[in-house]
Order: sequence, then C-alpha cells, then structure tokens
Amino acid sequence: MDTRIWGGIGIAALAVVPLLGLGNYHLHLLITVLIWGFVYTSWSIMGRFGMVSLGHGAFLGVGAYVATMLWNTMGLTPWVSIPVAMLVSMAMALLVGYPCFRFRIVGHYFALVTLALGEVVRLTIVGLRDQTGGSLGMTVTGVPEGTSFLALQFGDRATFFYVALLVWLGGLVIWRLVDRSMLRYALEASSEDEDAAASVGVNVTRAKLMILMISAAMTTLGGALYAQYQMYINPETVSGIAISLQIVFAVIAGGLFTQLGPTVGAVFTLLLAETLRVTFGHDIHGLDGTIYGLLLVLFIIYMPKGITGSIMAGLSKRRRPNPAAAPAE
Amino acid sequence: MLRVENLTKRFSGFVAVNRISFALEQGEILGLIGPNGSGKSTTFNMIAGLLKPSEGSIRLEGREIGGLAPIEICHSGIGRTFQIPRPFKQLTILDNVVTAAFYGQRGSVSRAKALDQAEEALTLVGLPTDPQAEVASLGAAGLKKLELARAIATQPRLLLADESLGGLDETEMNAAADMLNHIRREKNITIIWVEHIMGVLMRVVDRAIVLDHGEKIFEGLPREVARDPRVIEIYLGSEKITFDEARS
Repeated sequence: MDTRIWGGIGIAALAVVPLLGLGNYHLHLLITVLIWGFVYTSWSIMGRFGMVSLGHGAFLGVGAYVATMLWNTMGLTPWVSIPVAMLVSMAMALLVGYPCFRFRIVGHYFALVTLALGEVVRLTIVGLRDQTGGSLGMTVTGVPEGTSFLALQFGDRATFFYVALLVWLGGLVIWRLVDRSMLRYALEASSEDEDAAASVGVNVTRAKLMILMISAAMTTLGGALYAQYQMYINPETVSGIAISLQIVFAVIAGGLFTQLGPTVGAVFTLLLAETLRVTFGHDIHGLDGTIYGLLLVLFIIYMPKGITGSIMAGLSKRRRPNPAAAPAE
Repeated sequence: MLRVENLTKRFSGFVAVNRISFALEQGEILGLIGPNGSGKSTTFNMIAGLLKPSEGSIRLEGREIGGLAPIEICHSGIGRTFQIPRPFKQLTILDNVVTAAFYGQRGSVSRAKALDQAEEALTLVGLPTDPQAEVASLGAAGLKKLELARAIATQPRLLLADESLGGLDETEMNAAADMLNHIRREKNITIIWVEHIMGVLMRVVDRAIVLDHGEKIFEGLPREVARDPRVIEIYLGSEKITFDEARS
C-alpha cells in the first residue's frame, strides 16, 4: 500500500485518540511524545547531514523563556511572542553558525561550539534571576478562565493534544520538504566533501546556515509549546547540556535518517524514563542519565541506524533477498 | 580563452611554481605534464581556486579569476575533476551529477533542466542514468567517469582534468583519453589535462607544457615533446615514454 495511504490512516487514528476516553495520564504521555517528537525531528533535520549539535537546548530555552517572559511581563500573545523567539533563535544560529561554517569548524569542533552555546543560554537564564526566576524557574501566568486561544492555553488536554499533533505533523512535513529539496543534495555533498561540493558550485556556508536556522526556529517553537503545555519552565528542563544530550540520544536511538525516527526516539525515551520512574522512583540520583549514556554507546555500536533505520534496512533486505551486484559501468 | 601570466606560488619561501605563463585557445586540449613535484598540481589548484597565487594573473576570457574561491571559479565556467575521485557517496550516481548541474551554473537552473543536463552528461561519459544506481557500484574507471560527468554537468567552457588516467589499466587509459577528446568535440570545451603518464596523453592533446621543479621547461606540439632533450632527461628511467604513440 502507498505510504501516503498509510500516513492518512495513521493521522486519522491519532485524531480520534482523544475521543477514546483515555485517562489524563495517557493523554499526557501522548502529548509529551508529540512535543518531543517535534523537537527531536527539528534536531535531526540538520543532524542527519553530519551537523551534530550538542547545544540545541539553547534554542529550546529561548523558545520557552522568550515566549513566557513576553507573556508574563507584557501580556504579548504567544502567537506573536513565539515568532519573535524564533527570530531570536535564528539570529543566534546565524551568529554562531556563520563563523563555524565559513571557517570549516566541523565534526567534534562544531559539537563543542554548540555545547558552549547551550551552556551560555542556560547560564544567562540562571544569571537573569530577577527576570527569569533563575534556577527555580518560572511559571506561565495562567488565564483566569483556564482556556484562551489568544494565550495558547487550554484547560483540557484534548485540545492541547490537537495543537501538539498539528505542530508535530508540521515538523514531519518540513522534514519531508527538506528531504525532497535540492538543499538536501547540497547538504549531503557538503557533509561528505566540502571542497568537492564547492567545486560543483555548492555554497556550503549558505546551505549549512539555512538548515541550522530552520532547525533552530523549529526547536524554538518546540520549546515554546513545551512551556505552554507544562506552564512551568526551569533552566534544567529546557536548556543546557542534559536536555541537549537527551535530544541527541533520542534521535540516535529512534533513527537519524528516517522521517519517523525521532518520534520513535521520543516514544522510546519516554517509555524508558517512565519505567525508571515507576521502578526506582527518584531514589537513585542520576540513574536515568547513566542508563541513557550506556544505551547511547550500545546504539552507536550495534544499531547505528537506530530503531526505525534498522527495521527499514531489515524490510528492504527481505524485499531484495539476492541482489545482483552488477557494476553500473 | 585562458591566459596565465607569471603565475607563481610560494609556500613559506619554497617556490612551488615559478613565473609560469601560457595561453589557451577555445576548443584546445592542453597537456600539462611533469614528474611528481614538478608543480603541475599546484598550477592546477591555482586555476581551480583551491590555492591563491602568490604572484601573477589568471584571466578567463579577459576576466581576472586568480584568487577566486572554488565556487566562484565554477560559476565562471571552469569545471574540474579530482585526481582521486571524490564522489558524494550518500547520493546516487544521477544525483551526484544533478547536484552539479543545479548548483554549478551561474544563475538559477530549474530542477527539470538540471536533470536533463545530468542525464546528458552521464550518457556522454557512458554511465547509467538509472535514478537508483549507487556510487558503490562503480569501479575505478567508473568513478573517473563520474568525476567527468559531474564537471561537464556544470556546463563549463574550460575543463580541468586532474590525472584522469591514474589507477586505470591500459585499455581504460586509452578509453579515457578518447572520451576526453570526444567531450571536447561534442561540447566544444577547452581542456587542460594534467597528467604524469605521457604516452596516452600525447595521442590526444594539441599542445603540451612540461614542468619541472616549478619551472616551465617546454611548450610545444606533442611530437616535439618526445624529442626534447630536457624532457627526455627528466623522464628517463622514471617513466616509460611510448614516444611512438605521440601524435605526429
């Protein structure tokens, strides 16, 4: 069956989920998967081209804090403050990305630069404690009536589920658009050999900046959506190294090179976190981080294509049991 | 078409290329030859934009291009191949060439046109236009052809071919030489062919320049190269020159 038909069936199935009478807890899990699935997709949109960022928490933090602060202090609707936050993130991405790409800071060095960016944003949030609440975090001022379209606040989870679903689908559409665009060709070429790419006319710096800015803007939207849903944010949950590494881990586990890989990563990490929480509670400090680290190593060694990538490779092997390896010359 | 004057490249005092001058006519194939370390690759890389000249000028159709970045060189109408093929392995054979056709020309090119031009370039070099054909299916000769197809797809007026015969057996070398000649005729492209294997090259080129230790020691017709005592001296014992193959 055509993948579009499967996609339509999947979306229709998801759309009726809130009507099935699931409890608040299960709906909460689904909303969390959709929000993080979108954030992870936003990271993978550039990560798949070898641009490994360890600092996407910076963009997540900007989304959450800029939108919340503008709402709390000026009463600016998230419909305006979120685009403002996205523009701030894109400017940050440009500021950091341009020198990196212009001077070919790639691989581990690029990862280190982004790692620093994530920490700069986290420390800035902590440092501006009078405005941001510092390490204690801040709450999003709720509207008295509980639900307001203008404030992007919804009293019932079902409505927020549909908002998260739309944003997540938007992320998948952008992933697909990039995948089918000539930008992908430029980025695939640049990720393999910048000299060879430039010799056939690819503007490597521009291509990388474009995808970084798209990824940053999307991640910022994810951060703002997370804040609107949780109604509480703090520097540890929306910025800094821990959340940045969680993003990387989830995408690698789910599958870096497939459209649904990051979402599968979101399901996997959520199930893992919930299992650990239910089994061990909060008694063993840092257990989740240790297990994430261990699993990350195992995934990189034994399943580098992630869960979805491995499944798809297995399926395509089944379809082509004995490929004729005739040279194409 | 191309005029190189007093081109010099120094690396911290070491002179790799010393005041080399030459000119190319439209549709000509120029062989740039010399043993290892003679400065031919440095000269090549200065024209291709990978190295900035220390002195001298490189003019393409009257416009100074010395010191421009590789992307600007490409958009000026100069295509290049690499000595060791550098394919984009994540892309299919066709997509490698489509990328070059799409991005390699000045001004915007539609995707459909880029696809047409890519298929034409692949057909010209004898590679499959099958959208599924993977780079991994290519051998040494196939990868060289892909380099050529990618360069041709940028619609260059000048093609820089870097040691297109390296790693090929004798049959493949002859085929590659014939292919370059065929490309020149079909597309009316001017070609600079850098090579250290002389025999096959001499069958095809219109003129040859021989470099040694960064200096131009000879410029002339292929038949004259084989008789030049300085060329014989630098190649004797290190390279088997099949002079009888040199075009008379």
